[in-house]
Amino acid sequence: MADFRLHSGGLIDRDRKISFTFDGRSYQGYHGDTLASALLANGVRLVGRSFKYHRPRGIYGLGGEEPNALVRLRQGARAEPNIRATQIELYEGLVARSQNNWPSLRWDAASALGLVSRFLPAGFYYKTFMWPRRLWPHYENFIRRMAGMGRSPEAPDPDHYEKCHGHCDVLVIGGGPAGLAAALTAAEGGAQVWLADEGAQLGGGCLNDGDASAARDTIAALESLDNVTLLRRTSVFGKYDDHLYGLVERTGDHLASPDLGMPRQRLWHLRAGRAVLASGAIERPLVFANNDRPGVMLTSAALGYLRTYAVRPGSRAVINTNNDSAYGAAAILAAGGIEVAAIVDHRHMKERREIPGAEILHNHAIIDTRGKKGLTGVTVAQLDINGDAVPGSERQLACDLLCLSGGFTPSVHLYSQAGGKLAFREDIQSLVPKSEVPGMTVVGAANGDFGESEFIAGGAAMDRPVSLRKFRRKQFIDLQNDVTAADVELAAREGYRSVEHVKRYTTLGMGTDQGKTSNLNGIAVLSDALDRPPAEVGVTTYRPPYTPVTIGALAGRDVGPFLAPDRRTPMQECHEKAGAAFVPAGLWQRPHYYPRPGETMTEAVNREVLAVRRNVGIVDVSTLGRIDLHGPDVAEFLNRVYINGFKALAVGMCRYGVMLRDDGMIFDDGTVARMAETHFIMTTTTANAGPVMAHLEFYLQVVWPELRVHMTSITDQWAVAAVAGPRSRDLLDSLDSDIAFANQAMPFMAWRGGAIGGIPAQVFRISFSGELAYEIAVPADYGPAMWEMLLAAGQEFDVNPYGTEALTTLRTEKGHFVMGPEADGRATADDMGLGAMLSSRKEFVGRRSLRLPGLAGGDRLHLVGLMPVDGRSQIPPGAILLDKEMAGRAPDKAGHVTTSVFSPSLDKPIALAMARNGRQRLGAQLWAHSPLDNRIVEVVITDPVFVDPMGERLRA
Amino acid sequence: MLLIDCPHCGPRAQTEFSYGGAANVARPPAPEETDDAAWIEYLYLRDNAKGQHDELWQHIFGCRRWLQLRRDVISHEIISCSELRRPLAEDGP
Amino acid sequence: MNRYSFASLVRHGIMGHRGWKPAWRDPEPKTNYDAVIVGGGGHGLASAYYLAKNHGLNNVAVLEKGWLGGGNTGRNTTIVRSNYLLDSNARFYEHGMKLWEGLSRDLNFNVMFSQRGVINLAHSKGQLEAFRRRGNAMRLNGIDAELLNRDDVAALVPGMDVSGDVRFPVEGGLLQPRGGTARHDAVAWGYARAADRRGVDIIQNCEVTGIRRDHAGVSGVETSRGFIASKRIGLAVAGHSTQLAAMAGVRLPIESHVLQAMVSEPVKPVLDTVVTFGAGHLYVSQSDKGELVMGGDIDGYNSFAQRGNLPVIEHVAACLLALFPQFSRLRILRTWGGIMDMTMDGSPIIGTTPVPGLFLNGGWCYGGFKATPASGWVFAHTMATGQPHALNADLCLDRFHRGRALDEKGAGPKPWAH
Ligand SMILES: Cc1cc2nc3c(=O)[nH]c(=O)nc-3n(C[C@H](O)[C@H](O)[C@H](O)COP(=O)(O)OP(=O)(O)OC[C@H]3O[C@@H](n4cnc5c(N)ncnc54)[C@H](O)[C@@H]3O)c2cc1C
Ligand SMILES: [Zn+2]
Repeated sequence: MADFRLHSGGLIDRDRKISFTFDGRSYQGYHGDTLASALLANGVRLVGRSFKYHRPRGIYGLGGEEPNALVRLRQGARAEPNIRATQIELYEGLVARSQNNWPSLRWDAASALGLVSRFLPAGFYYKTFMWPRRLWPHYENFIRRMAGMGRSPEAPDPDHYEKCHGHCDVLVIGGGPAGLAAALTAAEGGAQVWLADEGAQLGGGCLNDGDASAARDTIAALESLDNVTLLRRTSVFGKYDDHLYGLVERTGDHLASPDLGMPRQRLWHLRAGRAVLASGAIERPLVFANNDRPGVMLTSAALGYLRTYAVRPGSRAVINTNNDSAYGAAAILAAGGIEVAAIVDHRHMKERREIPGAEILHNHAIIDTRGKKGLTGVTVAQLDINGDAVPGSERQLACDLLCLSGGFTPSVHLYSQAGGKLAFREDIQSLVPKSEVPGMTVVGAANGDFGESEFIAGGAAMDRPVSLRKFRRKQFIDLQNDVTAADVELAAREGYRSVEHVKRYTTLGMGTDQGKTSNLNGIAVLSDALDRPPAEVGVTTYRPPYTPVTIGALAGRDVGPFLAPDRRTPMQECHEKAGAAFVPAGLWQRPHYYPRPGETMTEAVNREVLAVRRNVGIVDVSTLGRIDLHGPDVAEFLNRVYINGFKALAVGMCRYGVMLRDDGMIFDDGTVARMAETHFIMTTTTANAGPVMAHLEFYLQVVWPELRVHMTSITDQWAVAAVAGPRSRDLLDSLDSDIAFANQAMPFMAWRGGAIGGIPAQVFRISFSGELAYEIAVPADYGPAMWEMLLAAGQEFDVNPYGTEALTTLRTEKGHFVMGPEADGRATADDMGLGAMLSSRKEFVGRRSLRLPGLAGGDRLHLVGLMPVDGRSQIPPGAILLDKEMAGRAPDKAGHVTTSVFSPSLDKPIALAMARNGRQRLGAQLWAHSPLDNRIVEVVITDPVFVDPMGERLRA
Repeated sequence: MLLIDCPHCGPRAQTEFSYGGAANVARPPAPEETDDAAWIEYLYLRDNAKGQHDELWQHIFGCRRWLQLRRDVISHEIISCSELRRPLAEDGP
Repeated sequence: MNRYSFASLVRHGIMGHRGWKPAWRDPEPKTNYDAVIVGGGGHGLASAYYLAKNHGLNNVAVLEKGWLGGGNTGRNTTIVRSNYLLDSNARFYEHGMKLWEGLSRDLNFNVMFSQRGVINLAHSKGQLEAFRRRGNAMRLNGIDAELLNRDDVAALVPGMDVSGDVRFPVEGGLLQPRGGTARHDAVAWGYARAADRRGVDIIQNCEVTGIRRDHAGVSGVETSRGFIASKRIGLAVAGHSTQLAAMAGVRLPIESHVLQAMVSEPVKPVLDTVVTFGAGHLYVSQSDKGELVMGGDIDGYNSFAQRGNLPVIEHVAACLLALFPQFSRLRILRTWGGIMDMTMDGSPIIGTTPVPGLFLNGGWCYGGFKATPASGWVFAHTMATGQPHALNADLCLDRFHRGRALDEKGAGPKPWAH
């Protein structure tokens, strides 16, 4: 195989040989190579297949603009699709494969699509595959399999990613000459400067100039300053609000695997005082038939391979141009040992430039190319005034490299993201920044200022990029998505005239290169087709990211168990030791039930429930929100946020309260204890702890700032256990405490402070289970000690720890609603049967809405109980209630089941439900219908309180 | 990501704050004496200005104060951030 | 006639595709129309189509300030479903689902409606219970629904991590098999072409800048291309409903917010269903082109910027990896945002307004794409008859005044919370 490597020059390290494989074959390259340069050095030209027609494709560009050379890199769990060979730094043992082909890259069956491609123009799928309808899933399946590119990895990523935050005065984007100069100026002025560049080496265009000494001096100067941070291998992918830039630093991608302990990539959130955009310009190709064969390349890329990597991308070159830059390039290629056969220049020029050995063809264009899996020659023709080929003027030229030089497109993506407007500059046939955007300066080639670079300099006197107006054969504009000039013309013909329509109809510029080499040519073709100047055709919106960003980098450390924080109560370890089964409750894990050996869940739950009803049980309720309120106006404040009165609550007593939103719906419920004249403690539901706090702060700070109240969340400071059951008092009495638990000393809804077994405690005589019960709150660190103490002392009373499942059964037996199933954000207090609690003597949040017709009206859903008519059948959870005569017809639902349990106390299934006008329908029989599991159970509406309706047990 | 200059805590990332909607919606001081139309207006109707917007934010992972921002909702530029200005229903500063 | 078919594709192919006619005309606006629809998104175009098709009103114009389909129609994540809990929503969206099922052929334009199933994942018993209720309600409204356990989910979505050792293990889910995705642009184009063929004038680059009223109601619109008279004006402008309604002096229970979406680089088929994560904000599907299409929560503050910020994108990425850790090395190719009307109860507003002759189709929140056919259907009815259709009777603006908000999530009057 021919060796295309030069013996000297370039920035590669010839002392460090690297072996790698591509499609299973081994090759050698050098440290400093990219996969693309190493493949070219080994004479590998065919590297990929295109998206739609599976055309053979080679290496086309030098960096992020590459549309063709996408490979599958690495193996196993580290395999990743669609990586640009031009951006892969070579490392020892690198493994890459071509993709989107079968059975092989050289012989790809799907390339047969090329034969019928004339029936597959842009948007063909909108016009067909509609008959017969039932076949569409099969058509779609086929379309899906043909589409896509690489294969997704199948195993979890072994690498990790991290996120960092940075702040600087000046962020310089791009490390070419313009960026380096800007960074140095800013740094010498004393600013904190960060400079980021996608490449492994700084220098940008200078690297290709062969002589990078000026750049090297600047880099050295920057490296010596401590107010400068240089980020190599770092893409600035997005500009966000308030000068936040998103950067991805590839810390491990140039290695076989990241160094031990190092992330693979790092996502930076960088706030920059201002930014200097020095992102350079990307060369544009020219468009003609079969302009996509391996061996066709941007001129700037050819120069880059020659100078940076010391690789000859071909042996005999033709250069196609519409501007002056090609002439300098030709000289460089020739000096590098590439035979330049011809320069084909679209322009008609009086002044002629000579390149020794090369034929200069003015007023000529390339009209076709030859070569099956690699370029072997081109057809050129003279152009007439309309831009068509002069008949008979066609000539064949042999070449294996075709360099395209259609002018340069400034990389203005980040400027556009920042809200900058673009103007079309005729002289360079490109869009350039129109004016400054706050906080960003665009410099150098990115600003359309090509002065500094040797080969971009000749950008003036540009001509149209398209060779011929008759788009008969495939003239590709977007190589990755196989969008041709004819496709764009077709779109225009069919009325898709906005540039956004063209993009969407043809998929132009929607590939992984985001149209970096195709967008402007698309505009040019469209401008011809519509007969409107390019400036009027406009440009599609540039959307972040500038270069694709790994999903892993965006997720950072929020993966696996760290997706969200894990909240643990102080007693969590006690529950774990006791073998509890856990159930998630928001961010908490709560004990679901505590199975004993050999017990099923049902058995365990029934045992726990009966223990509470007959003896005593304890449950961890530390997850409930706890808010401490101090101040002379707390009672007034509570009066305004709860539906019931709080002014008269005596010190030493607790009260249950319900809160509404201002739209009248129940927002939360809980108890409030008056600790002292001006001190209260409020509890909230577990899920609403945060929202209630914010809700109260809103009313306090925004609506009633005159109230003197101070609030603090103390959820995390307390460990709380409820001791419930007829023998709960016995249990507490058996402990060493200065608190008197007797009924007279501590009646229902009283609270007392003191010490229990030496642990400081607040004890609240409140009950959710409907039994005699005490909630014991101790400072968080005492939680485990308190819990173990209760369990130990409780042994003689057959104490059972119980979980949320038993809790649900207990509260269902008592007809207590909870937020979520019953109070679902659409329920009023009256719906819950709490109408009597609504104070009529005061204003409170939400009261006014209760008079609105929909809330006061007669057809609301009421909280009711349900029992199976047969006394045995479980009532299907989530079932819909239907009036019997309605069943089977389009139902007007009579309500729905909210909580369904087996009641061990009643020894039968029961349920809570929300039933339309339910309180007026006690005794009515309905169907509880659950089509999901095909069950219908006959139920009767009952009062929701199944156990101890008079509340004697909790007052006992 | 917005950078909100909390008068108590200094400039902080937007992720420390939670949004509270339009600032110029004053709750009627005596709801029971407010007619349906005015109450509905308070509960539901918003100007939704396209341009400068006065709005409430709470610094939940900071001082927990409710703050008033004036922000351009097209450019997202924050024009001012301060303690609440009163009365709420009048047009801004 | 320019009918699309396999045969016509072959015929035109042989002739080099030079014979295709424009999909729609590019007419100059007339001075007077029987009905004017503001907004050339899916909803505006569908409304015009059904005005012509169902109600025989052909002297209709759709006025679009930019290019048709350039609003949220061309920006959304294309999920189509009718898995709603509340009857009023469920029946409306299910009517839409039925229209979707015949849409490609009705329009003679393949909108690539793909009924690949929509799964909402549950990560706790409570969530699963709520799905039971929703699923049962759906079934009784004639909508398909299946409750899945963990094994069912694993079988349906082979690549998903349903193991127990993740932060939020999958407990099960609710599946709507008939749900899926469609090609968003094609919906706008298909309706535009079909409406145009029935005589509707589709006028792009025509911004409505004012609404004229007289004693009887509305009398026309001021536009960037001059005054256009009409006694029936329908607003279908997505994120700009409040702006347009304000031109007629109507205030709405709506705030505008930005919702972002994103796609990955295309890969070969890896995900055959639409999946909604239940322990964070993520919905994901794979487009026919191979991209993973994802979205999450709104950014959460009023915005007209059509672009968002990183926190939402990062959260979506983290949620995706919670379900599919193998996607970590794929890359996000594009992100974008759209401005949406967020209503005070999270449900759309479609119907009459206090101003005679002015009709509103807005407030679509996250979910208006799937509504496109049903929305057009009932909006056309409302505009043609002056009365809401049975399916949008509960969705009219006056529901707020009647205290009959349709709070599907029960989140209260905070638009950013729905
Ligand atoms: C990121 C994102 C993801 C979404 N995902 C989904 C999804 O998965 N499923 C789903 O069902 N829905 C989704 N939606 C919602 C859905 O996109 C919208 O609800 C739906 O497309 C709205 O259609 P439309 O026709 O009402 O609005 P649009 O398509 O926005 O059309 C409104 C048109 O009105 C025009 N207009 C505005 N002002 C004027 C004026 N003054 N004069 C003239 N014209 C004007 C606009 O230019 C625009 O073209 C999503 C939305 C977004 C932003
Ligand atoms: Zn603060």
